Amino acid sequence: MAEPMVVAEGLHKSFGDTRALQGLDLAVPKGTVCGVLGPNGAGKTTAVRILATLSDPDAGHARVAGYDVVREAGKVRERIGLAGQYAAVDEKLTGRGNLLMFGRLYHLPRREAHRRADELLDRFGLMDAADRPVAGYSGGMRRRLDLIASLILRPKVLFLDEPTTGLDPRSRGQIWDNIRQLVADGTTVLLTTQYMDEADHLADDIAVVDHGQVITTGTPDKLKAAIGDRLDVTTEDPAAIPAAATVLSKLTGTEATTSKADRLSVALPATGLRLADIVRELDRAGIATAEVGVRRPTLDEVFLRLTDRKEPVP
Amino acid sequence: MTTLTSPLSRLRWTATDGLTLVGRELGRLRQEPGQIVAALIFPAVMVVLFGYVFGSAIQVPDGGNYREYLMPGLFAMVTFSAWLGITTRVATDAARGVMDRFRSMPMARLAVPFGQTGADLLIGLLMLTIMVIAGLIVGWQPHRGLIPTAQAFLLMIVLRYALSWVGVFVGLAVKDEQVADSLVPLGLPFTMLSNAFVPTSGMPGWLRFLADWNPVSALTAASRELFGNPGAPAGNVALPLAHPKTAVLLWSAALLVVFVPLSLRAYTRRGR
Repeated sequence: MAEPMVVAEGLHKSFGDTRALQGLDLAVPKGTVCGVLGPNGAGKTTAVRILATLSDPDAGHARVAGYDVVREAGKVRERIGLAGQYAAVDEKLTGRGNLLMFGRLYHLPRREAHRRADELLDRFGLMDAADRPVAGYSGGMRRRLDLIASLILRPKVLFLDEPTTGLDPRSRGQIWDNIRQLVADGTTVLLTTQYMDEADHLADDIAVVDHGQVITTGTPDKLKAAIGDRLDVTTEDPAAIPAAATVLSKLTGTEATTSKADRLSVALPATGLRLADIVRELDRAGIATAEVGVRRPTLDEVFLRLTDRKEPVP
Repeated sequence: MTTLTSPLSRLRWTATDGLTLVGRELGRLRQEPGQIVAALIFPAVMVVLFGYVFGSAIQVPDGGNYREYLMPGLFAMVTFSAWLGITTRVATDAARGVMDRFRSMPMARLAVPFGQTGADLLIGLLMLTIMVIAGLIVGWQPHRGLIPTAQAFLLMIVLRYALSWVGVFVGLAVKDEQVADSLVPLGLPFTMLSNAFVPTSGMPGWLRFLADWNPVSALTAASRELFGNPGAPAGNVALPLAHPKTAVLLWSAALLVVFVPLSLRAYTRRGR
């Protein structure tokens, strides 16, 4: 099997007393999207900065597109694109001006830089705003410009550090479409995000990061299956909720949480529990149910379970 | 795209990338004509304000025209404003992630600080030109011929370039455009505490010591001497003012020796 496009082994990085990375391992196969998911401060950005050659690890090593990020940083830089949480473009230049400047700094000949800028502006729907200063762009347009500025060299590996944080749903959708286009072209993408639906929509594999380590990896489906299905119960009388919670907790062995005034949610044990048994037990306790349903967990629930946070409020 | 391999091609790309960044500053100016107008008006306002408002009340030591005395001081003031502008530009790039994008690109490592100081040099030349025109209009002129005049402007340019490296370092250190902006008012006392606008002989001893050793004073004294403008120090003067040209060159060299390595280290550091 070919070497993965991104390999990190045992990355450590500390800032003073803060241990940002504590042995992070990661492997992203060619042409796939890896979603790095984690709460704030989990070490996602630190990991991306090391992989993108902006920062050196204290220990461990990493290879991107076949080159060591510390010893062969120059080779790595020729093969990667980086788009950050902040729109890293010059506010005072036009969109086109930014792309031309970055194109020239990538050492494209002037004519080629112009051609590439036009091509990218056109393909990512920014041609209308091309000659306006970036200061007048919306948040979504800036992110898109930031994204396409990282595509000038047709990178083999693209690092996206929270590409849609703070954007409205429509702009997020546009960025997602753009990322899908790139993946269709064969680009390998490493994406950090705090949004589960973003990882769910885009990622082939997810690496859940907490306290500077990858605590689990797998496809979104695999992760959801690993924590078992969820049971939602709605009672006719909200006053019956505490009684229902007691019954459900006893049956499943985990604590049931209230998601609405009249609804409970509980994780089903992997051993399996028949829906009929649950309904019967509730019936026996004299609780009238309006609705009982089993569903797959959301990635939110997977994430909160894995990172040992409190249960979510859907 | 070219791989940076041999030292020669690395040097070439440092120069090319530096020029691209100079072009970036010109592009920014073109998008903001207001900034050009402000840059044009500011020196003119200073000439009128100091030349006519203060000039009406200040006696030049050896009885010359105050505006002839003033212009070298204003040239020095414009020279010293260099580090403030570049501090803000560098801090903005660092805060907005533009600096990180540069770092993630296969460009010459040193191109960014060299490009930014190079761009500042162009801006400085533009401001100096405007200042010269304003000075000529109000009756200032160099009296000692072409070579000394050229030497005076050369000293200003050398010191300005050295100061712009201070700006790069401060900008990389603060990494916050608002902090950088808040430093701007600090520039004024620095230039006022000198012989640029009034003779230092009337100041209290400790203040006079600071003013005499201020590089603004050395540059002002050197320019007065080279332009043949009034106010040349006489009698028992502080060491830097007795040899103002040497003092300016030593100040410039000292600033470069300290701040070029510091800035390059701050830019290429990969600890964060």
